[in-house]
Formats: sequence, structure tokens, C-alpha cells
Amino acid sequence: MSGQRAALRRRQTVFRWSALVLAVAFFAAPLLGAFEFTTQGPGGIGHTAQTWRTLVDVSAVTTDYPALRQGFLASIGLAVLTPIVMLLLLVPTMTWVRLRLPGLSRTVEFICLLPLTVPAIVLVVGLTPVYAWVYYLLGSSTLWLSLAYVVLVLPYAYRSLDAGLRAIDVRTLSEAARSLGASWFTVMRRIVLPNLRSAVLSASFLSVALVLGEFTIASLFSKKNLQVAMYELGKSDAKISVAVGLVSLLFAFLVLFAMSFVGSGTAGTSPLARLRRPRADRKEPAA
Amino acid sequence: MAEAPRRRALGRFRQSSALLGVVPFFAYTTIFLLIPTLVVFIGAFLDDDNAFTLANVEALSSPAVLRALRNSVVLSAVTAFAGAVIGGILAYAVSTARASSVTKRFITSLCGVLAQFGGVALAFAFTASFGLTGLITLWLNAIGIDTGTGFWIYEWNKGLMLVYLYFQVPLMVIVFLPAVEGLRPQWREATETLGGTTWTFWRRVAGPILLPSFVGAMLLLFTNAFSAYATAKALISQGTPLLPLQIAGTMSSEVILGQENVGKAMALAMIVVVAVVMTAYVFLDRRASRWMPR
Repeated sequence: MSGQRAALRRRQTVFRWSALVLAVAFFAAPLLGAFEFTTQGPGGIGHTAQTWRTLVDVSAVTTDYPALRQGFLASIGLAVLTPIVMLLLLVPTMTWVRLRLPGLSRTVEFICLLPLTVPAIVLVVGLTPVYAWVYYLLGSSTLWLSLAYVVLVLPYAYRSLDAGLRAIDVRTLSEAARSLGASWFTVMRRIVLPNLRSAVLSASFLSVALVLGEFTIASLFSKKNLQVAMYELGKSDAKISVAVGLVSLLFAFLVLFAMSFVGSGTAGTSPLARLRRPRADRKEPAA
Repeated sequence: MAEAPRRRALGRFRQSSALLGVVPFFAYTTIFLLIPTLVVFIGAFLDDDNAFTLANVEALSSPAVLRALRNSVVLSAVTAFAGAVIGGILAYAVSTARASSVTKRFITSLCGVLAQFGGVALAFAFTASFGLTGLITLWLNAIGIDTGTGFWIYEWNKGLMLVYLYFQVPLMVIVFLPAVEGLRPQWREATETLGGTTWTFWRRVAGPILLPSFVGAMLLLFTNAFSAYATAKALISQGTPLLPLQIAGTMSSEVILGQENVGKAMALAMIVVVAVVMTAYVFLDRRASRWMPR
């Protein structure tokens, strides 16, 4: 019996490694090809590190590729603003619904998951008149795209935060705090948020990742974020734009890889998968 | 005597003051989600003078739009099926590793990146690798495969399908992994105790348990490919063979008036397709969740 078991485990290991090696080769091939392309000399002859030297030289990028700089800065701004708006909108609402309006939880869930059935390209069509007003009222800064991005990240953020909230007993915690004289604001800041730390972190990381990779909305609203800048650069200077693409993929990979050690297992990388409940024993000591 | 009504009134007041707490959320989602959806729904049935018309919906039956819709469906179905099969096998392979192993974290992170924000970067990686002087072109030529002019990479039913697999397979791994991880070793042991072989286990136990998750994940992959825009836009510069590209075309074209609302009709068609598929997904997901570890 135990021999059978060991044989099974051996077979599984062999299968696992051959499948993984094949998969990594499949995924790595075009990335490797792209990297090789960025090091090609003029006319595809010889190799040179010129592209990467240019990219590393920040001042050269700023002067030679103003669009890239502009897109990069816009994406950074969006990546900061979107998670903030998302958290301000979702954390208090979801906590409040759980505490005081449990009857609304289905509605909130439905609304939060709705963007999954509305593709970004469709959202753009519908958002055009809305954004006419946004530009009219707030000015036409690229940063206002984050208002639409919040809608895009809604399903993913909802899933993370919901899993986080389910793992703690919000009602008891907040009643305890309230009976000790805490205001609702204090309850949010000192009780709920610290307990939700890993859920908030993973929701924010997901938003950052999604914002950095967003192309559809920005491109159709003629706003320049990193992806749009990359796309436009692809027509005039392919090498630089491929290099930037590789760097952005690598950066995103590092963020997710680091996250897999911080958060609860694969939760961060799998917004659509049913999220495992984060461990409930990671409560902050009430400071 | 007047206590009860007063308390009831007070309760109602408390209830409505509690409702104030969710006003920001509902206001925000109304402006940025519900209104855009309504704009699409209503705009699809309006002409340029905002009068009711069915012309936009009828315009959907024009050959160009029908072809785009058919191409989109074929592209999504093929890549969803292939992605689900390849990704399913890969997910099982990953699931046999220990939960906290670096291998597993590495693969899930890699899949997360490729599934969610490959987009433009991925498309460029392909044009670079498969170009005339690209590394993979050279490799293929070295082993005697002629890639011809290299233009196949820009065609929706060849190159684009291949590129789509690069985000479909990873998405499948991410979505399907929890399901295969839910396969308990005890089930296999029970099969063996009862005299079943590995084949029996897959055919009679694991297969039926995983089937709803598998089909559900495949549907998700379908909608994912169906609504993808960035990759297609970055790869295809000639013509508009896919529905998302057609919609984008109506938004930027100032040549033909009234195209905007045809775009809304196309967007509506897209919502309908996605909504039908997602409904099926939710149904299957509920069935599948019976076997999920809690």
C-alpha cells in the first residue's frame, strides 16, 4: 500500500515538473524573443545594449520620450488615486451594510459584481456623456480616469474585502468599541481597518496592478497613461516600447510574487477564484 | 400608550439615518456604472434626434457587424476551449505541489501577471519575437519551419488566437486552481480501497466533481476573450475584424453621423452575450461550490 502511495507521489512529481517546464517554456518564449529584440543591433544584425542604456538613463528618457514620461507619471498618479477612492468607497459601505443594513448586502454585492458583465469597451461607450460632465466640472486631467477605474476594480476589491470582513466578527468588535465610547469614525480607523489589513492590502495591490495595465478606457478617451504611451511609441520606436513593456511585466510580476508571501496565499492573484478565508488569527493588538 | 408608535417612528428614523451611510456608494455606482449602462441600453434605441428607432439594432445585421460578431465568438470559443484544457492540466500539476512552495507562488504570480495585464506588452512581445529578425522566427527557420512573410501573426484567426492563449491559459490556472485543490486525498484513497484504478478515480470521482468548475471556468474565459480590446488593438492595425474593434471604430469615426448609436447597439449586443454567459457561470459556480473546502 505504502509502495503504491510512493509510486503515485513519484508519478505526480514527474508529471508536475514536466508540465511546469513545458508551461514555463511556452510562456517564456515570446518574452525571451522580446528581450532579444530589444538588444538587436541596427537592421537585426549583432547585439547592443543601447536600448537598455537609454532606458536606464532617466534624463535621456525624459527629453527623448516626453510621451513616455507623461504616461508613466499619469499611471503613477492613477495607481495612487484609484485604490484610495476604492477603499474610501468600499470599506465604510461594506462595514456599514454588515452592521446596520444586512438586508442591502445582496444589492451591494450585485452592484459590485456587475462590472464583470460590462466589458471595459462597453463602459467607455456609456461613460462618454458622464465624462463630458466630469471634464466640465473638474477639468480634463488624466487623473479623473481613476473614477472609472474604481468601477473596473470593484468586483476584485469587493471579493477581497468581503473575504476579509467575513473572517472577523465586525458586529461584536464594533459593539464593544461603541460601548466603550468610541465614535463610528474611531471604530472604522482603530478597529475595522487594522483587522482588515491583509484584505485591504490585497485589494489595493489588485487595483494598482489593474490600473498599471489599463489601456482600453485611456486610449478611447485619448488620455495618455503608461500603456497608451507604450502603444503609441510602438509605432515610432519599437525597441524602447518593447523594453518598457517587458519592464512593466517584470514589475507587475515582482509585486504579485512579493504579495503572495505577504497576503493569504494565492488570494491576491485570484480575484475571480473563490477566495480562501484569510486566517482569522492575525488580529492586531488593540493599540 | 403612545410609546409604541413613537418607538416605531424612532426605529424608522434610525433605519433611514442608517441608509445615509450607504448614500455615497450608491451615488458613485449610479453615476459611473448604472448611468453608463443605461446610456448604452437607451442609446441603442435612439436616433440622432433622440427619437425612438430600431434602425441601430437593425444595423447590427449588416454583413460587417455580423462578421465581427461571428469572429469574436469563434475567437473566444476556440481560445476558451484550448485555454481551459491546457490551463486545467497545468492547474492540476501546480496543485500537486505543496501549498506554500515557491514553485506554486511563482506560477500563480506569473499567471496573475499574464492573465490580467499582458495586453499591449504581450502583443508587442509577439510582434518582436515573430518579426522577420525575431528570435522565434530564427529558431523556427533553423529547424526547418518556414514562417513565410510573418504576417500571420497579425491575423485574428492565427496570430491573435495564439496571443490570446497567453492570457487565457494563465486565467484558467488561476480560476481552476481552487477547484483542483479541493480534491481531497481521501477520495482517491477511498477509490483505491474499493478497488478502483487511477482511471476509475478520474472517470467516476474527480471528473464529475470538477466538471461544473471546469465548464464554469471555460465560460469565464469566453467572456474574458470576448471583451478583450487592448491585445487586439495592439496587434491588428488593418481592418476591424472583431466586435470590440468595431465599437471602438464607431467612437472615433467622425465621418459617418449617427454611428455613435450603432456603437451603442453593438455594445448592447456585447452586454447581452456576456450576461447570458455569466448567468450560466454563476449557476455552475453555485453547483461547483458544493465541493469546495470551507
